[in-house]
Amino acid sequence: MCGIIGVIDRKRELMDGSSIKRALSKMDERGSGEGAGYVAYGVFPEFKNYYAIHVFFDNIHESKAAVDHLLSEWGIVVHDEEIPTSDHAKIRKIHTPWRYFFKPDATLMPRSTAPEEDIVAHIVMKVNTTMAGVLVFSSGKNIGVFKASGWPEDVAEFYKIHEYKGYIWLGHNRYPTNTPGWWGGAHPFNLLNWSVVHNGEITSYGTNRRYIESYGYHCTMFTDTEVVAYLVDLLVRKHGLSAEMAVKALAPPFWDEIDRMPEKARLLHTAIRLAYGPALMNGPFAIVVANEDSIVGFTDRIKLRPLVSGEYGNRLYISSEEAAIRTMEPDVENIMMPRAGSPIIGRLVV
Amino acid sequence: MNSIEIDAKELHYTPLNQQIRKAVREGAGKITVRNLMGQRFIADGLKGDVALDLHGVAGGDLGMFMSGPHITLYGNADHAPGNTMDAGSIVIHGSAGDAVAHSMRGGKIFVRDTIGYRGGIHMKQYLDKCPVLVLGDSARSFLGEYMAGGLILVLRQSPDSMDDERGIGSGIHGGEIFIRGKIGDDCLGVGTKKDFCTNEGITRIIPLIHEFAAKFGIDPDPLLKSEYTRISPASARPFANKYTWE
Repeated sequence: MCGIIGVIDRKRELMDGSSIKRALSKMDERGSGEGAGYVAYGVFPEFKNYYAIHVFFDNIHESKAAVDHLLSEWGIVVHDEEIPTSDHAKIRKIHTPWRYFFKPDATLMPRSTAPEEDIVAHIVMKVNTTMAGVLVFSSGKNIGVFKASGWPEDVAEFYKIHEYKGYIWLGHNRYPTNTPGWWGGAHPFNLLNWSVVHNGEITSYGTNRRYIESYGYHCTMFTDTEVVAYLVDLLVRKHGLSAEMAVKALAPPFWDEIDRMPEKARLLHTAIRLAYGPALMNGPFAIVVANEDSIVGFTDRIKLRPLVSGEYGNRLYISSEEAAIRTMEPDVENIMMPRAGSPIIGRLVV
Repeated sequence: MNSIEIDAKELHYTPLNQQIRKAVREGAGKITVRNLMGQRFIADGLKGDVALDLHGVAGGDLGMFMSGPHITLYGNADHAPGNTMDAGSIVIHGSAGDAVAHSMRGGKIFVRDTIGYRGGIHMKQYLDKCPVLVLGDSARSFLGEYMAGGLILVLRQSPDSMDDERGIGSGIHGGEIFIRGKIGDDCLGVGTKKDFCTNEGITRIIPLIHEFAAKFGIDPDPLLKSEYTRISPASARPFANKYTWE
């Protein structure tokens, strides 16, 4: 059991982090105080063309030079700083959170045709698999992840998220069941511009992990949600699937439902299931995925976890509970529960 | 009648329930709670002859193990209102989440609009205890899953609702589900039997239709004139061959 919430303002109007903190705190019963986190899009306008590489250092004096060196081999860092935190009685600062604003430099890679995103993803995987005591936990442009071990309100105060303004926010309150709670295991999980919050378990983790690792991704965070971020990156960014089709690959209709579809839909869904069988996620889950221009919420196909959506003006809200949405927006309209396996999508209209 | 008002704004469910229990102990006949915002476990295990009027959004497990009180909720309920409820009633002027009436063993639940997945999962009955769940509109898939007793009535005021649901009555081995209109075979779960509702069955649902119509102020006639499908267990032990050898 975990609590999730997400909001997008379709006209990019910015919201500070104070209301999502209150909403997520409404669902404290869904967590255990061992992990909470937030992600906000649009928070670094002055560095919006740079990848905001967020790092947890176990011991900054031992490890930072190696990360600095690796980044200098691939590009330039225009600015880096310790992520501002407050002294908080309830958060034990066992890692030092740091952020670099980084851009790959093509002149350092003559003859390379690799897209920038592949280079950044490679750096993330390289750090997380080869450098002890260092974890990259956020690597998108104009995006910041704020997570730690603690209750939602404490983590929010620790990172002072009310000082950040974003047009998309996701929040997550963790109740770890299968692996211990730690800073890196808190949600959201992020790679490039993808961020994922998840309530439930991916019981097909082993299959999904083998599949995604065959494409060069490496799972390093000891928890199932990580594969969702990588699967979405593969299916949508690299293979070009639409959000709707990606959800149909991850949480597909049952074969008996496919058999009853009109021919065109039947062929399409059969092809998706055959092509992406190892990406199918089993087990109970409700997930919200964000990138720079949309949020997508969906559940497993037999609906073993809750998901509610609502709208107000240009804003779409998705959460585990209606009360959390109403805490953010008391006048919310169109409260509904998306059907199992069917995405609810909010996209920017500007 | 002694009545009391409670403002639940920014109040955690523990002090809220303490206030409700104190009022019941002191003989309140009616308790009105305003500004509910997702508090869980309201009136759980509560006994007594008391009416609770709740205004706002009720959190999970409203009226769990409750035995006797009558709750009227003006707003939506989260998951599992009436979880293992023993007696009394819950009337929801709105919709409710998944697993409504989970393991319910007595009393009545009326929901004006829709409910989520697995409504009535493992409802049960014993002697004179027969729980009832009545829905004004529709339920999502797996309605009455593993149902062991009791009665579910779906009035389906949007006629096409539920055409795409699956697993209705999956694993049912007691009790009965009445759904207004026709339901396709593809919607049914394992171990179910589907019939048109007979006159004998109608006699059981007519009083419930009247009760629903009175509670929500609608005309019962169209509901009374309709045909109903009855879904019941094909066997009292649908999985006998799956889990045991005889």
